[in-house]
Amino acid sequence: MKQYTYFPGCSCSEGGAKFYNLSAQAVARAFDAELALLEGWNCCGSTPYGSVDEMTSFCLTARNLALAEAKGRDLVTPCSSCYVMLNRTNTYLKQYPKLKAKVGEALAAGNLEYHGTIRVRHLLDVLANDIGYEAVRAKTKRYLEGLKVAPYYGCMVVRPQPSFDHPESPQTLDKLIASMGGEPVPFPLKSRCCGGSLIIPEEDLALELVRKLLDCAVSNGAQCMVAVCPLCQMNLDAYQSQVNKKYKTNYKLPILFITQLMGFALGLGEADMGFNANIVSASGVLAKYR
Amino acid sequence: MAVSTKSFVDEICSIPGGENIRLCIQCGTCTASCPNADRMEYTPSEIIAMARAGMRQEVLKSNAMWYCLSCYLCTARCPRGIKLTDVMHALEGMAVREKLSHRRTLTPTMYGCFSDFVYSLGTLPEFGFMSWYYMLTNPLRAYRMLPVALDLLRHGRLAIKARKLSPEATTQLRAILTKAQSLGGEA
Repeated sequence: MKQYTYFPGCSCSEGGAKFYNLSAQAVARAFDAELALLEGWNCCGSTPYGSVDEMTSFCLTARNLALAEAKGRDLVTPCSSCYVMLNRTNTYLKQYPKLKAKVGEALAAGNLEYHGTIRVRHLLDVLANDIGYEAVRAKTKRYLEGLKVAPYYGCMVVRPQPSFDHPESPQTLDKLIASMGGEPVPFPLKSRCCGGSLIIPEEDLALELVRKLLDCAVSNGAQCMVAVCPLCQMNLDAYQSQVNKKYKTNYKLPILFITQLMGFALGLGEADMGFNANIVSASGVLAKYR
Repeated sequence: MAVSTKSFVDEICSIPGGENIRLCIQCGTCTASCPNADRMEYTPSEIIAMARAGMRQEVLKSNAMWYCLSCYLCTARCPRGIKLTDVMHALEGMAVREKLSHRRTLTPTMYGCFSDFVYSLGTLPEFGFMSWYYMLTNPLRAYRMLPVALDLLRHGRLAIKARKLSPEATTQLRAILTKAQSLGGEA
């Protein structure tokens, strides 16, 4: 059994993406992998904290890293923003000795220390590289033949640091879709921005970015899109009606988390997949594979 | 807070990620890559040029960094290894600390509101945060967002109750963050 320390992040634990968390846990179990919750974890601070007070933001993430180090396993998160924040602190503590000294001093105030011995990984990396395409293919019960899926990576799962996939033309999600029998459509905007948290203060500019993504996916024939980040999914799914209103369009593109599509293909219990949480319903496009 | 006596370009060089700022060749790749460059008073490459020319006030008062989406395309593409996204975030931090944040964007208020919740609770209650943000800015804007909120509610995605850290975890986190704040905002 593969074991990981698991950091769900605020959106996936109690927020609007709880069903990403539940479906991720169910898919991991199906492959005999354990996502063991990091007890006592705190918010990663995300982009907003890093833009207000950098030092405190580094310390927020460093506490999580220190707690995870005691478990000695890779720290895995399904959230791309948590991934960037945790990974950044983990990397920068090695690269910048002055930062390391300051963060160390702050951690000591909470009787913690961090030695930099663990890896931070995105759930997509684990699905693609540890579980692997062959195992996914072997366990697929509902072969998604003919299902055209837009693989949407968003920004933070592949940037800024070189990691498990190409920063601008990533392939892991495409290959996961293909291993379930689905057809990943060409999607040139696959790693372009959804507007992120600026959808709150700058709605108009974010809606324009969401519109471009929907347009690109649909014009390439996609029947649904898969996402790997709670914020991307929220912007594309919950704000799709706002895009339709603003631009007089009629998009009805279901936005699934990759773990929902995997759970469906694997034939896992639908209670864990949370399909009711998708605002644009996927039941129509999935019906013929049931 | 005392304004640093270092030159502006030295200040930026001391930011993790900003150390290569002097190597910029003004090729404009960052600007060409930025989804929001057209909304900024100064484009990303102009921000670098202005920073190197010591135009501290003009840079910190501008709206440019508040339009950064943190998509990291500029960082991934910069041929000189400048981590411009980090620099943009650090400029936002400086502007906040020196009360120079651009007034015509709500992003500083949103970021501040988010951070206040995380500082006090160690976790982000989405509903509480959004409600408080709209209270601080313009409750009428919340009205426009009502259809989105209702959709989320109907699909069980609007959690009113927030996750709570244990008392021990809260005490520990508070001790660390208090110490971090005493070390100053700059990293």
